[in-house]
Amino acid sequence: MKERLQQLQQEALEKITQANDLKALNEVRVAYLGKKGPITEVLRGMGALSPEERPVMGALVNEVREAIQTAIEEKQAELEQQEVEKKLAAEAIDVTLPGRPVRRGNHHPLTRVIEEIEDLFIGMGYTIAEGPEVEKDYYNFEALNLPKGHPARDMQDSFYITEEILLRTHTSPVQARTMEKHQGRGPVKIICPGKVYRRDNDDATHSHQFTQIEGLVVDENIRMSDLKGTLREFARKMFGEDRDIRFRPSFFPFTEPSVEVDVSCFNCGGHGCNVCKGTGWIEILGAGMVHPNVLEMAGFDSKKYTGFAFGMGPERIAMLKYGIDDIRHFYQNDVRFLQQFNRV
Amino acid sequence: MFVSYKWLQEYVDLTGVTAKELADRITKSGIEVESVEVLNKGAKGVVIGHVVERDQHPNADKLSKCLVDVGEGEPVQIICGAPNVAKGQKVAVAKVGAVLPGNFKIKRAKLRGEESNGMICSLQELGIEPKLVPKEYADGIFVFPSDAPVGADALELLHLDDEVLELGLTPNRADCLSMIGVAYEVAAILGRSVKLPERGVHENHEDVHHYISVRVDAQEDNPLYAGRIVKNVKIGPSPLWMQARLMAAGIRPHNNVVDITNYILLEYGQPLHAFDYDRLGSKEIVVRRAKAGETMVTLDDVKRTLTDDHLVITNGSEPVALAGVMGGANSEVQNNTKTVFIESAYFTSPIIRQAVKDHGLRSEASTRFEKGIDPARTKEALDRAAALMAEYAGGEVVGGVVEANTWQPKEVTVTITLDRINQVLGTAITKEEVAHILTNLQFAFTEDNQTFTVTVPSRRRDIAIEEDIIEEVARLYGYDNLPATLPVAEATPGKLTAYQAKRRKVRRYLEDAGLFQAITYSLTNEAKATMFALEAAAPIRLALPMSEERSVLRQSLVPHLLEAASYNRARQVENVSLYEIGSVYLTNSESELPNEKERLAGVMTGAWHVHLWQGEKKAVDFYVIKGILDGLFALLGLEKRIEYKQAKREHLHPGRTADILLDSQTIGFVGQLHPVVQKEYDLKETYVFELALADVLNADVEEIRYAAIPRFPSIARDIALVVDEHVVAGDVQKAIVAAGGALLKDVAIFDVYKGDRLPDGKKSIAFALRYYDPERTLTDEEVTVVHEQVIKAVEQQFGATLRG
Repeated sequence: MKERLQQLQQEALEKITQANDLKALNEVRVAYLGKKGPITEVLRGMGALSPEERPVMGALVNEVREAIQTAIEEKQAELEQQEVEKKLAAEAIDVTLPGRPVRRGNHHPLTRVIEEIEDLFIGMGYTIAEGPEVEKDYYNFEALNLPKGHPARDMQDSFYITEEILLRTHTSPVQARTMEKHQGRGPVKIICPGKVYRRDNDDATHSHQFTQIEGLVVDENIRMSDLKGTLREFARKMFGEDRDIRFRPSFFPFTEPSVEVDVSCFNCGGHGCNVCKGTGWIEILGAGMVHPNVLEMAGFDSKKYTGFAFGMGPERIAMLKYGIDDIRHFYQNDVRFLQQFNRV
Repeated sequence: MFVSYKWLQEYVDLTGVTAKELADRITKSGIEVESVEVLNKGAKGVVIGHVVERDQHPNADKLSKCLVDVGEGEPVQIICGAPNVAKGQKVAVAKVGAVLPGNFKIKRAKLRGEESNGMICSLQELGIEPKLVPKEYADGIFVFPSDAPVGADALELLHLDDEVLELGLTPNRADCLSMIGVAYEVAAILGRSVKLPERGVHENHEDVHHYISVRVDAQEDNPLYAGRIVKNVKIGPSPLWMQARLMAAGIRPHNNVVDITNYILLEYGQPLHAFDYDRLGSKEIVVRRAKAGETMVTLDDVKRTLTDDHLVITNGSEPVALAGVMGGANSEVQNNTKTVFIESAYFTSPIIRQAVKDHGLRSEASTRFEKGIDPARTKEALDRAAALMAEYAGGEVVGGVVEANTWQPKEVTVTITLDRINQVLGTAITKEEVAHILTNLQFAFTEDNQTFTVTVPSRRRDIAIEEDIIEEVARLYGYDNLPATLPVAEATPGKLTAYQAKRRKVRRYLEDAGLFQAITYSLTNEAKATMFALEAAAPIRLALPMSEERSVLRQSLVPHLLEAASYNRARQVENVSLYEIGSVYLTNSESELPNEKERLAGVMTGAWHVHLWQGEKKAVDFYVIKGILDGLFALLGLEKRIEYKQAKREHLHPGRTADILLDSQTIGFVGQLHPVVQKEYDLKETYVFELALADVLNADVEEIRYAAIPRFPSIARDIALVVDEHVVAGDVQKAIVAAGGALLKDVAIFDVYKGDRLPDGKKSIAFALRYYDPERTLTDEEVTVVHEQVIKAVEQQFGATLRG
């Protein structure tokens, strides 16, 4: 009987090894462990054994059953694993095919530049002031120390609607309006971005509509050295920490003293290249100390308050920064142009 | 202003300072030197030659065969094409080996079989701009005075061995529109002194008042008028050095008398005018406003019609000059002029500006009057001009000066403390440094206890207040020496306003939804101005547009966005999705500013989604663009307050357009472009929207409040309703929401069907309803009660039947 059991175990284990799939394995299970299987049969024959032999035989039967059971389970796990692998192999895809595109637009390059400048000054405690594009002559010129007939008015030929109303030629009227709202009390710390208009024929370097961004600080004890420090900070954050700035004397009716501000060339670092036309410097801003007439007209006591103002052109900055060669690109809205500004 | 380096040396010692260095120092101190031009442009080897023989070229009608003595033994043969070459002339010869501007090397050559050993040059060939070449030499070679030494350097004789600094003058620095003014500036920069020109006049014993009298009837326009008579002048060419200086400054030489007036204009900044005294037609000069409709012919032979906004110089009856702008043809100096009346006057800026504007005549003279001249120089310049006419035109200066109005400008003094200077600049400049700078500027001043009282010279009319003095100190102290500090003040919070912050979010949302930001022009044409306008308003027109295309302010952003889409399509960019945020301008009353309103608009055309290899291709349609707007309103927390209403709008598809309402107020529209407009713009199926952005962003929205995450299961019920085809889904949905009450959590439309399986004129809309109670698990029975109410409501309101 014992021999019979050992023979069955060996047979079964061989068949398990040979089973190629789950179905075959199941057949082995049914054949050897099923109710009609040979092991059950051996158990039935145990009645003929002596009481001493029965437990010994019983243990042996269980041993054999367990051995077969374990072998089946192991084989089953192995076969299942194979099956999964086969299925996954069949599911393989070509990972080099393109993914489902995500549509994404982006900021206009001018907005990109303007927001960067806005954020930079917000970090320095400025707020953003906006105002009308169609402006009163008073705010556009007179409140900025440009009375009617002032020679500097022909620097900015303007689009008038009536004698007193025009399309603003700069964003400075927002400064005049903001100061007026402060009713002679500082501090005023604003950045004014916006569209402006001048009677220019559109060509590669001129546009009858363009943008400006200006800044104004009015408080007690504002010094010209503060203007220099502020703009140097701006230049470094905007164009790189190695940048330096220089002031060149200039003239604007609304500031005195007035300066043009150059930033050391961010292309060559100041050695001279085609971007800075060999000078090592790039003219970026106009600036100066707010003219006392401008302060007084807006209700500030120019003996007590001083201030500085600066202005720049996002078009120019974008053209320099991205190497854009024609100002008209900004207003044609060619998608092939716009989509070039779609990343960090 | 063009400044000759050599000429400037007559007034300031420039030893040790090259033209280039000078340019840098001037620029750093306040006046931008835009260029430094070497006049000879690299030319060399050009000498004075004497034409000893001239014959016709044997083989060419238009060429001459010349023998020219260039001071090197035997005369050389040169072939010359200039029509005016003649025997006996002194001419500029580029010898073999010479270089002309543009690196043009002169070689021995054979021209039509004849040897040519060099080239006889015109002024143009020596690098002078054609418009500056004296008229008589415009089409040929330049002929030198007969005393020009043979073999001498012709470039030197023409003063081309000079450099010219081009100053870019800001309007405040009109003082530098003269050599003397520039000399003062340079002297201040270099710390050197100024030498003024000699102006000793030798007068004869006659009295000018016997020749002429002057009366000014327009005091305000002409506060200073002076004149002199120079008789027995001989009109001829001015000396070569004067011609050279004029050309270097950009003025074409004419004759000695005219050249002298221009020379003085450059030297003193005082415009002069020379009249032919004998052609004046009277013995008096009357300055007055022109009569409306009065006419005169100016020097350029143009008949000008005048108004009483113009000032004229008259002979008592008719105009002989448009004051300060241009002389009259009737009194012009001619070759036979014998007696000259020189006018030196001060005309005020506004009257000159008006004439320049009305007649489109801007001249060296008018520019100076417009910007303001130094009244102290009016008579000095007159004397110097008379002296030069005596010297170079052989004239005799009649004794005395005729004058009318002798206005002297008020002396300007400015008082400023050292403290104030340092406070404004943030510097620690000493009082000695300030004194040094004021001395270099040649400003008279006194100093008492660190308070400076400065008397401003009349040439610097831009200086009137403390800040002007601060600027003078700052620029000569050097901005490079200014420290860099940051404002010391109370901290201010820097922050976007709520509106600005939301607007940025709107931009980012639309971009992440696939639209590119566009910026288009605010000015458009009359027809486009009112197209697609949300609100009706009369168009706002520019008083003086540059073109019809840019003459009126827009009332909608859509037309220019369509143009942009069209522009792209014409360049094979078929899929275009653009948005713009910008203002539109709506009329108010005449005297008030227009209502400027910020709008958000978009245009979409072509494919929306393309993933070809997976067979996905979705064109933009109404629901794509509406979906983007739905997302936008959800972003802004307004989705429950927004409603779309079927609408008819001009230029849009009558069946595919909706008005957008916020809290029942129309705030925009979305729709398909009308096929007719679509064709006009050469577009394919295109969708647009425009929103009154300010209304959308300014709508009050509650702060987010957390709601408990659902803890109980919800119960879903679907219904398919058959309704008349003209019933709109939005209305049905609204009715369902109303009938569903608090338990109805949400409703979604999941199918719309119209077709064979339904009767004609009917459609079916399928809704998925979800019921939920945050407090407990709902029972089927409870839901059924509510659901029955919903069905009843739609049956009653829309005659809807449940689709079996």
